[in-house]
Amino acid sequence: MITIVMGSFQSLPDDHQYRTLSQKTGFSLEQIAILHNRFKQLSQNEETLRRDDLKTIQDLESNPIRSQIIEAFFDSRNFQKEGVGSVEEIGFEEFLTVMSYFRAPPQHITEEQREEMRRAKLRFLFNMHDTDNDGTITLEEYRHVVEELLSRSGALGRETAKGIADAAMLEVASISVGPMAPDEFYEGITFEHFLKVCKFVHLYA
Amino acid sequence: RDWRTGCFDEECFGVLKMFILVLGLLVGSLMPLGGAASSPDTGTGHGGSHGNKDPGYAKNGNGTTYSKKPFPVLSFDYEHVRLPFEISLWVLLASLMKLGFHLIPRVSSIVPESCLLIVVGLLVGGLIKLVGEDPPVLESKIFFFYLLPPIILDAGYFMPIRQFTENLGTILMFAVVGTLWNSFFVGGLLYGVCQLEGHKLAYVDLLSCLLFGSIISAVDPVAVLAVFEEIHINELLHILVFGESLLNDAVTVVLYHLFEEYSSVGLITVTDVFLGIVCFLVVSLGGIVVGAIYGILAAFTSRFTSHTRVIEPLFVFVYSYMAYLSAEVFHLSGIMALIACGAVMRPYVEANISHKSHTTIKYFLKMWSSVSDTLIFIFLGVSTVAGPHQWNWTFVVATLIFCLVARVLGVVGLTFVINKFRIVKLTSKDQFIIAYGGLRGAIAFSLVYLLNPEHFPMRNMFLTAIITVIFFTVFVQGMTIRPLVDLLAVKKKQETKRSINEEIHTQFLDHLLTGIEDICGHYGHHHWKDKLNRFNKKYVKKCLIAGERSKEPQLIAFYHKMEMKQAIELVESGGGSKLPSALPSTVSMQNIQPKKPSQDRALPQLSKAREEEIRKILRTNLQRTRQRLRSYNRHTLIADPYEDGWNEMLIKRKKMKELEKKISQMNNYLTVPAPPPDSPTIARARLASDPQAWGLKSVTESIPTIKVDLASPQSPESVNVVDEFSKKGSQPKEEEGGLTMKVPSPAKQRKDKTPDEEPQQRLMRCLSDPGPAAEEEDEDEPFLP
Repeated sequence: MITIVMGSFQSLPDDHQYRTLSQKTGFSLEQIAILHNRFKQLSQNEETLRRDDLKTIQDLESNPIRSQIIEAFFDSRNFQKEGVGSVEEIGFEEFLTVMSYFRAPPQHITEEQREEMRRAKLRFLFNMHDTDNDGTITLEEYRHVVEELLSRSGALGRETAKGIADAAMLEVASISVGPMAPDEFYEGITFEHFLKVCKFVHLYA
Repeated sequence: RDWRTGCFDEECFGVLKMFILVLGLLVGSLMPLGGAASSPDTGTGHGGSHGNKDPGYAKNGNGTTYSKKPFPVLSFDYEHVRLPFEISLWVLLASLMKLGFHLIPRVSSIVPESCLLIVVGLLVGGLIKLVGEDPPVLESKIFFFYLLPPIILDAGYFMPIRQFTENLGTILMFAVVGTLWNSFFVGGLLYGVCQLEGHKLAYVDLLSCLLFGSIISAVDPVAVLAVFEEIHINELLHILVFGESLLNDAVTVVLYHLFEEYSSVGLITVTDVFLGIVCFLVVSLGGIVVGAIYGILAAFTSRFTSHTRVIEPLFVFVYSYMAYLSAEVFHLSGIMALIACGAVMRPYVEANISHKSHTTIKYFLKMWSSVSDTLIFIFLGVSTVAGPHQWNWTFVVATLIFCLVARVLGVVGLTFVINKFRIVKLTSKDQFIIAYGGLRGAIAFSLVYLLNPEHFPMRNMFLTAIITVIFFTVFVQGMTIRPLVDLLAVKKKQETKRSINEEIHTQFLDHLLTGIEDICGHYGHHHWKDKLNRFNKKYVKKCLIAGERSKEPQLIAFYHKMEMKQAIELVESGGGSKLPSALPSTVSMQNIQPKKPSQDRALPQLSKAREEEIRKILRTNLQRTRQRLRSYNRHTLIADPYEDGWNEMLIKRKKMKELEKKISQMNNYLTVPAPPPDSPTIARARLASDPQAWGLKSVTESIPTIKVDLASPQSPESVNVVDEFSKKGSQPKEEEGGLTMKVPSPAKQRKDKTPDEEPQQRLMRCLSDPGPAAEEEDEDEPFLP
C-alpha cells in the first residue's frame, strides 16, 4: 500500500482514483504518487496546471525547445481522448497522461503491445512537430523545428536552418516516397513516413 | 576483391614470390653472418635471442699489423643494419601476408585473419627452428611499448562516445565484476585441481594460481577487435564486448601486481586487499585523468596549428603516446589513459584541424593498428614454436574448461543483475554472443612472459596453458562465431549512414527528455548530460577550439560535414551525376518546395505549357550560368593552399557534368529535362564549407561585382532569361529560391530588399549565392554526440 506523504494538500485523491489512473496510464501507484506531488508543487496546490506554472521551472529556461515542450502538455491530441486544439489548463489526469508517453515499456508485454506503445510515443513526437494539426509536417513546420533547436544558439541565419530543414525533408521524401517526377509535390511528412524515418527512437526518461 | 581470374593468379603468384623472398631473407638474416661482432641489441626482441655468436673470423683492425690491401670497391657489412633490417623484414612479411589473404577469397571468408596469421607465425617459427636458430619471441617490452599502443589509440580515437556512455554501467559491470569473478573462479578452482592432482602440481600455490587466473581472465581487445570487425555485429554488442576488453585492463593491472608482489611472501592480508581496492581506483581513475590531461593539451595545441597544417597529425599521435607512457611510469592503466586521451581530444581536434589532416590521422591510425595487429598474431605463432613449454594435461585442460565455464556463468549472472537496471534488456542471444566473444590474446601471453622464472617455477606451464587457451579461443571461437551469428540471426550492424534527420531528431529528443526530466523534478541521466554539454560549450569549447568554430552548433557542424562528405563522394566517384548517398536522384527541391501562389503582380496570362517551357529554360540556364560563375570563383578564392586540389576536383566535375548534360540534351532547349536533381545538392555541397579552412572570407565582397559582369555576355539565352524575368515576375524566382539552398550571410544581408527588388537585380542576387558564410553568428550548441 502507499503511504502518501501529502499531508498539507487539500484534497487527497483516494486510492480508487489512483488505481484508475494506474490502469489508464500504466504507471505504478508509487510513481503516480510521486508525480502527483510534483503536480501539486508546480501548480501551487491548485487543481489545475497552467502554462505559466511550467514556465517557472528554472532548469527549463535553457532548453531551446521549451515552448514546444510546454505546448505539448496543453495539446488535446495528447490526452488520448478525441480532442483537438490546445487548452489553457490541465488537470492531474492529463498531466499524467502526457507523462506516460515517456514511460519505459514493461518487460513482459507482447510484441504487439510494444509496437503500440512505440506508435503512441511517436505520435506524441509527431504532434509536437505538426503544430497546425493537419496530419502532415510541412516544410515550414520542419523549418520551425530546426530553428527552434538552433534558437538557443543565438541569432542563427534563417538560411542555414532552412538549408538543414530542406535537406532533411529531401531525405524523408526519398526514403518514404522514392523517385518522384519533377512536377510532383511532396506535401509533407505524414505519420507513416515519420514512423519509417524514426526507427531509432527510444523515448524513455 | 579482384575476381578477374587471369590477373588473380598472377597477383597471387607475384605475392607468393615476394613472400618466399622475404621469408628467405628473414631466415637468412638470423643465421650468423660474418662481419664485425657488433654489440647485440639491448634486449629488444628480434636480435635478442641470438646472443653473441662468434663471428667466425676476426674483425679487421683488431690485429696490430696490417698489410696494404687494394681499396675495397664493394663490401658487405650486414651487422651494421641488422636491427632495422630485421624489423623491416618482419613488417614486410606481415603486410605481405595480409595482402595474400585477401587475394584468396574463400579462405578469408571462413577463417578470420587472426587465425591465419597465427598459422603463418607457426610456420615461420618452425622454419627458423629447422634452420637451427632460435626463433625470436614476442618480447613483452616491444609488445607493450610499440605494438599495443597503436591498436588502442585507434580504438579510443574512433570510439563511439554516445553508445559507450549510454552503456557505461553495463560495460563497467562486465569489466570489473566480471573479471574479478573470472580470476577468482579460475584461480581458485585451479588450485583445487592442483592440490587434488598431487605430485606433479603440488608445488603450485594458491597465490600463483590466482595470479594465473587474473592474467587469463582478461578479455583481450586485440583479439576481440580482430574477430568482431569481420562479423559486423550490431553496435550494442560490439561496444559491450569491446568496452569490456578495454576497461578490464585496470583490474588486470591491479590484480597482477597484487599477486605478483605477494606471491613470494606467500600471504595476503586484509590490509593488502583493501589497499588493492584503493589501488584499483587509483589506477583506473589516475589513468583516465592522465589521458584527459594530455587530451586537453593536444586539443589546445591544435588550436594554433592553422598555419602549419602538415604536422597536425603528429600532435595527435605524440600526445597520445606520451599519455600512455606517462601512465606507465606510475604503473597506472596505460590503456585507459590512451582511450581517455583519444576520446577527450577528438571533438576539439576535429573542429580545429583541416580535412586532410583528419584523413591522415585516420589512415595512419588504421595502418599502424593493422600492422601491429598482424605482427602480434604472427609473433604469437612464432613464440609458440619458440617458447619453453611444459605440457601438463591436467592443468591445461582444467584451465580451458574453467575459463569457458567461468565466462558463461559470469555473463549470465551479471546480465541477470544488469537487466534490472537497463531499459533495453539484454536477451539470451546477446548474452551468448558476449560470452562467446570473450577472446583471450597476446596481452595475457605477454603478462605471463614477464613473470620471473625464479619466483614462479611453474611459469613454463603457465605459458603453455595460456597459449592453449589463446589458440582455442582465437581458432575455435573466432572461426565459429561468424556462422553462429548468422545462425542465431543476431542483429547485424546497420549500414545506414547517419542522416540529417537522425541528427535533428536525436538532438530534439535529448532536449525533450531533458525538459521532461526537469518538469518531473527528477535529475536523471539527461539532466546531467545537458549540464555537461552546457559547461562544455560555455567554457571548454571557447578555450580549445580555434576561432569561430568554437561557436558553431553541433547541428550545423554536422550538416556541413555531411555536405562536404557528399560533395567529396560525388567528386571522387568521377563526377557522375548519380548521388552515391541516400538520396536517390529523383527527389529534388522542387518536389518539396510548396508552390507559392503567384503574388500580386499584373501578369499576362500564360498558358500552362508555355509556363512550363519557360520554367525549364530558366532552370537550365540559371544552372549553367551559375556553373560558369563558379568557375570564376576559383580565381577569386583565397583558398587554403593545402586545399587546392579540392577546387580542381570541383572544376573537373563540373566540366564532366556539363558534358553529360550536353550529350543528353541534344541541343534542344525547349525539351530540356528537369535539371539533374543533384544540382541543388551540389550547390549545397559547394556552399557548405568551413570558412576557416577555406579562407573564403573575401569572396562575399567580390561576388556581386563578378556576377553582374558575367551574367550578360554568356549566351543569348541568359539575355532572354532576363527578359523573361521582367515579363514573368516573381514566379521563377520562387522556384529558384527552391533550387538554391543558400547558406547564410550573402543572401541574408540582402534579404530585406526582397519585396522591392527589380526582377533583374533579384536574378543577380539569387545567382550570387555561393561562398559559405564568412561571418559566423553567435551560436552555442551541445556538441557531445
